[in-house]
Amino acid sequence: MAQVSLEGIRKVYPNGFRAVQTTSFTIQDGEFVVLVGPSGCGKSTLLRMIAGLEEITEGVLKIGDRVVNDVDPADRDIAMVFQNYALYPHMTVRKNIGYGLKNRGTPAAAIDAKVQDAARMLNLTEYLDRKPAQLSGGQRQRVAMGRAVVRDPALFLFDEPLSNLDAKLRNQMRIEIKALQRRLGTTAVYVTHDQVEAMTMADRIIVLNEGRIEQIGTPSEIYHNPASTFVASFMGAPPMNLIKAELDQQSVRINGCRDLIHAPQSFDGPVTLGIRPEDVEVDEQGLVSFHVDILEELGAHRLLHGRIANQPFSVMLGKDDAAQVGETKINLKPEALRLFDRETGLRL
Amino acid sequence: MVETTLVTPAETHRPNRIKWGAIGDHTILILGALLMMLPPLLALTTASHDAVTIHREGLQLTLGDDLGKNFRTAMFDKGGFTQTVDGMLMLMNSFILGIGFAVGKIVISMMAAYAIVYFRLRFATLAFWVIFTTLLLPLEVRILPSYEAIQKLGLTNTYTGLIVPLIASATGTFFFRQFFMSVPEELAEAARIDGAGPWTFFVDILIPLSKTMIAAIFIIMFVFGWNQYLWPTLITTDEGFFTLVRGIKQIVLSYTDSQIPEHGQALALAIVAMIPPVLVVVFFQNWFVKGLTESDK
Repeated sequence: MAQVSLEGIRKVYPNGFRAVQTTSFTIQDGEFVVLVGPSGCGKSTLLRMIAGLEEITEGVLKIGDRVVNDVDPADRDIAMVFQNYALYPHMTVRKNIGYGLKNRGTPAAAIDAKVQDAARMLNLTEYLDRKPAQLSGGQRQRVAMGRAVVRDPALFLFDEPLSNLDAKLRNQMRIEIKALQRRLGTTAVYVTHDQVEAMTMADRIIVLNEGRIEQIGTPSEIYHNPASTFVASFMGAPPMNLIKAELDQQSVRINGCRDLIHAPQSFDGPVTLGIRPEDVEVDEQGLVSFHVDILEELGAHRLLHGRIANQPFSVMLGKDDAAQVGETKINLKPEALRLFDRETGLRL
Repeated sequence: MVETTLVTPAETHRPNRIKWGAIGDHTILILGALLMMLPPLLALTTASHDAVTIHREGLQLTLGDDLGKNFRTAMFDKGGFTQTVDGMLMLMNSFILGIGFAVGKIVISMMAAYAIVYFRLRFATLAFWVIFTTLLLPLEVRILPSYEAIQKLGLTNTYTGLIVPLIASATGTFFFRQFFMSVPEELAEAARIDGAGPWTFFVDILIPLSKTMIAAIFIIMFVFGWNQYLWPTLITTDEGFFTLVRGIKQIVLSYTDSQIPEHGQALALAIVAMIPPVLVVVFFQNWFVKGLTESDK
């Protein structure tokens, strides 16, 4: 178990591509941190630098109290789970799980005991003598997990481990991984492009975009108080509504409309107004006119997609609320309004 | 299973229809097979006659009485110019050349491909293409310098001189390179995190994964090595190092003066020389097809 700290880490590829711009953060002992962002945002590069599979251009990486910039991946006391599991296809599950121990010169009896333990923990006992090709996707995923836990490392690294599973299995494995990490209390860094995984699994989320950290925070902070329009639109499904508006002191004017809403803070000039679809009420006496184009039935919710002053807008209603296509009026909850700089996209 | 269900309805409609297409295909195949089989068959029938008959009447289509005798003499009687080599010795030499050639090529080309694919060498791609261009320089083109080098090293009439100059293999390197490049990179990374060094990864992961590939290349290279003629002819003057392929000619030539060449024995030897490559291909064809078509990753 260990704390991981990145101090001014930067990655520039030999071809000049800046994959990760200077970043610093610390992962607490036992914490589950999720790096999330769209593809190409540098999240995998960051993880691979922590693993030692990618060289660090600049900065200091510490695992525990040790600077590991130049330490071989095998000696960093880490274990990694890959997106395609990277199981050794010619080895049985038993050998796959025990391979890391064998290379470290662990006595055969000890390896066997540890492999048995890991297999029991992951419900793999009856599959120990099978080869990866004879296992289902979920079981292979478990073997990959087994290979990580059996060495009892200081740090788990997960590189999109659930992307190759179907949706149902993904939900199940998500819970299993989280529970396993809780039980073992091992620090974990988890990379994903799936914001649902990030929200549900993380103690803290790090949102990355174009090699930069957009925001670090707990899932609730990220969801309710996004630091930029990027975070607002990336996290949460459906995403936060972002519409152009003018602010005059505390009164909001949405393009052309004369609707008067009170903003939670004072500002003069153009802003981007953010509000979560569930923070909107349909109300005949409402101040904002909303044109509904499409009604999506989701069972527990209903989603109305439409336009406010010709800008796309969504509203989420409960399953019992009445809704129909066409012109209607809505109210935006003033306390749920988030204001962003129109130019920079940053939170005001 | 799927095929049967798909085909059945069509067959029930016209149960007695003769498939002319299939008959045509089979006729072509059978004719082709016969054409291919005819020379070995002729060799076998002719080898069953004594030297005089063959000399007088040429190739024979019927079986004669001397089959056993010709084979026995060819394989076990000391012959040649020095009267010290028999067919068994030549057979052994052929095996040494075939196996040494194949194993050597596999070891060298696997290691070369491993270096090219897995290590961040500065000029890896260039090195690969340099190796690849040696395809343009087969042994026949560089035979004089090769002979010169081996002769200066004093390696004529040794197994080393016979095998080593032949084992550099651009084709082998190419096949292994393509195969290694198709192995997922994460496998190497996972092994690295699991504490496997370059050598351990090669032995524990890559070699087992390449099993079918190795088998396929072994078959090709064994047959290729077994059939080598020009290089062994140049490099071995001592009859003790003669291979079968080279020795056949010796039987025919070494009988001087008024003696009739032992064509029967030569043909018997030719048949013996054909059998091991055929057996290797017959027994390993499954591996062969697997190695070249599917991958076990």
